[in-house]
Amino acid sequence: MDVKTTIQQEGVFPGQVHPTPGGGIVISSIDEVINWARSNSLWPLVFGTSCCAIEMMSTAGAKYDWSRFGFEVARATPRQADVIIIAGTIVNKMAPVLKRLYDQMADPKYVIAMGACATSGGPFFYNTYSVVKGADHVIPVDVYIAGCPPRPEALLHALIALQEKIRSGATREQIKTTKPE
Amino acid sequence: MSNETLKIKIGELLPSAIWEEGGEWTTLVTEPASWLTLAEQLRQASGLAFDFLFCLTCIDWKTHFTMVYHLRSTSLEQVLVVKVKLDHHEPEIESVSAIWRTAEFHEREVYDLFGVKFLHHPDLRRLLLTDDWNGYPLRKDYEDPVNMIKL
Amino acid sequence: MFEEVGTTEQGDLVINVGPQHPSTHGVLHLIITLNGETIRNVEPHLGYIHRSIEKMCESLSYRQFIYVTSRMDYLSSHINNHGCALCVEKGLQIEVPPRARAIRVLMDELTRLASHQLWWGALAMDVGALTPFFHAFREREMINDIMEETCGARLTMNYMVPGGVMIDLHPNFQHRVKEFITHFKSKIDEYDELVTGNIIFQKRMKGIGYLSKEDAISYGCTGPTARGSGVHCDIRKLAPYEVYGQLQFEEILETGGDCFDRYQVRMKEMRQSLSMVEQLIDNIPEGDFQAKTKAVLKLPKGEFYSRVETARGEFGVYIVSEGGTTPYRIKFRSPGFSNLSALNHMARGHKIGDLVAIMGTLDLVIPDIDR
Repeated sequence: MDVKTTIQQEGVFPGQVHPTPGGGIVISSIDEVINWARSNSLWPLVFGTSCCAIEMMSTAGAKYDWSRFGFEVARATPRQADVIIIAGTIVNKMAPVLKRLYDQMADPKYVIAMGACATSGGPFFYNTYSVVKGADHVIPVDVYIAGCPPRPEALLHALIALQEKIRSGATREQIKTTKPE
Repeated sequence: MSNETLKIKIGELLPSAIWEEGGEWTTLVTEPASWLTLAEQLRQASGLAFDFLFCLTCIDWKTHFTMVYHLRSTSLEQVLVVKVKLDHHEPEIESVSAIWRTAEFHEREVYDLFGVKFLHHPDLRRLLLTDDWNGYPLRKDYEDPVNMIKL
Repeated sequence: MFEEVGTTEQGDLVINVGPQHPSTHGVLHLIITLNGETIRNVEPHLGYIHRSIEKMCESLSYRQFIYVTSRMDYLSSHINNHGCALCVEKGLQIEVPPRARAIRVLMDELTRLASHQLWWGALAMDVGALTPFFHAFREREMINDIMEETCGARLTMNYMVPGGVMIDLHPNFQHRVKEFITHFKSKIDEYDELVTGNIIFQKRMKGIGYLSKEDAISYGCTGPTARGSGVHCDIRKLAPYEVYGQLQFEEILETGGDCFDRYQVRMKEMRQSLSMVEQLIDNIPEGDFQAKTKAVLKLPKGEFYSRVETARGEFGVYIVSEGGTTPYRIKFRSPGFSNLSALNHMARGHKIGDLVAIMGTLDLVIPDIDR
């Protein structure tokens, strides 16, 4: 496939192709190119507290491979990671640790709350004294996934949704850093 | 060793033992003052040899606490349950972590969640909750309007 | 008091491992005192996933509290549910029909197999070999798919209820399990070829983390951790429940007490679980899959204790009931809690890399420890 045809397909590379003699010119905006590059190579942080971590590991396995989408390298240190997938329940003792990890990540950073526990406390909502009822009490979240635990396909759907969100410029990062008109 | 022989043997060591009926295993109820000597004898005596403590917990009965110890002998294959009644205002009992090393963590957990003080424990501090937590959550009179959402 | 992170007066270094760390299998926080690279003291800090399950269960009914135990030791979720169902049945004196008993044991053994597969993949990954992880997950996905067809979920299945199982086996179940058995028999030899005979792996496992038999009993260790040191503690043999009394299997013991022996115990247990599944799959009796019980269960006043053998050790459920619809006090005796208390004893004098190998062979699942 030559470059022109690839670019003309929807959603592969943002930009318009203008055919000129001797080749073509692609016209795009820097924001779109940067967003496209960032969305296709998000490196997740290895952060799993409870059962959803096993489904996250399954997604990293060979059957529901997430490295097809660019999430190949799961970093152990927050300094080198782009996205933190909160897989599991957050409790009062763990909340400062989560905040510290989020602060240590470099901008631009994104957050996915995986599972019912990270979204809202989940099965541990009533009558518990130590569970934080939703990870968004601690750090701002971009994508929420329902399920207990969500299937690997649900996690992949959320990752693709995050990629689309980044490409369209609608994540918290981008809204924060865009100057008002 | 059958239930009856076990009761006779322990009755020799501790004449003031009270037996509770109706449980699956032989259940003995005793006072905190005599707990440490009884525990040492249960571990060392040749016919008893209870060397495996598999469950250590506490129950809050609102008027008093009850510590429950589940013991098993690996050589003689018998199970004994010991219950010790504690006062509700000042719950204190001797630690058995020198006899069964597994009690170290279990007793820290009971201290953390119920507030029972274990005397002569090597390192008694909170295990599961943060160090500055107020109160003992598993007690029946624990109220926490901030964190607990009641159904 | 406990050590602060920094340097002590003797010049020892005190460092943090976790709570977020790739090899702690969850959120375990260890404070390690080091002399050079040799460990002097390991102190675990727990509570980073303490979800107050015991307090929560005091307001759930006897049918409702079973789902929470799936989330405690999520790799042996069926076996945890089984223990709870057994305890409630003991209190209500319910007789479980033979078909349900056989189905329960079949699901238990498949879960044990899946748990050991994940343990093997994670252990190999911790000591540095990344490929076995993918092999392990390939087989684990097969078991997950079989479970999903019958139980509806891949990881936290609420399939066991007091009285039997929730719904009958799917018609494809037998056929798929037989396919899995033939497939896995060749794969388990592949596992041995890939990792067990590897000279690097053996050097990292042999002679590391010695736990003597008396120490294993004193620290309350159960499961493969204790069986690697020669302790007879398999609940399936000591106090057989369901159909374990009629199955042909041996209790696997090794006497060495080091990491490689614990590893060998689990590898042999995988083969043994496979043979148990083979024995059962053609002999499931016909009949009801659930005994008739009332809609609202009320346990009589008293105390009930039931124990089952999970992939990690002895799981105990202790229910104290005052005659109402909710338990007065529930205590879950988790195997990981006691196994972890032996970590300090085993790791002294070794290097940090050996600590990772020891934690791998202990097979810790932290939500099980913190409850």
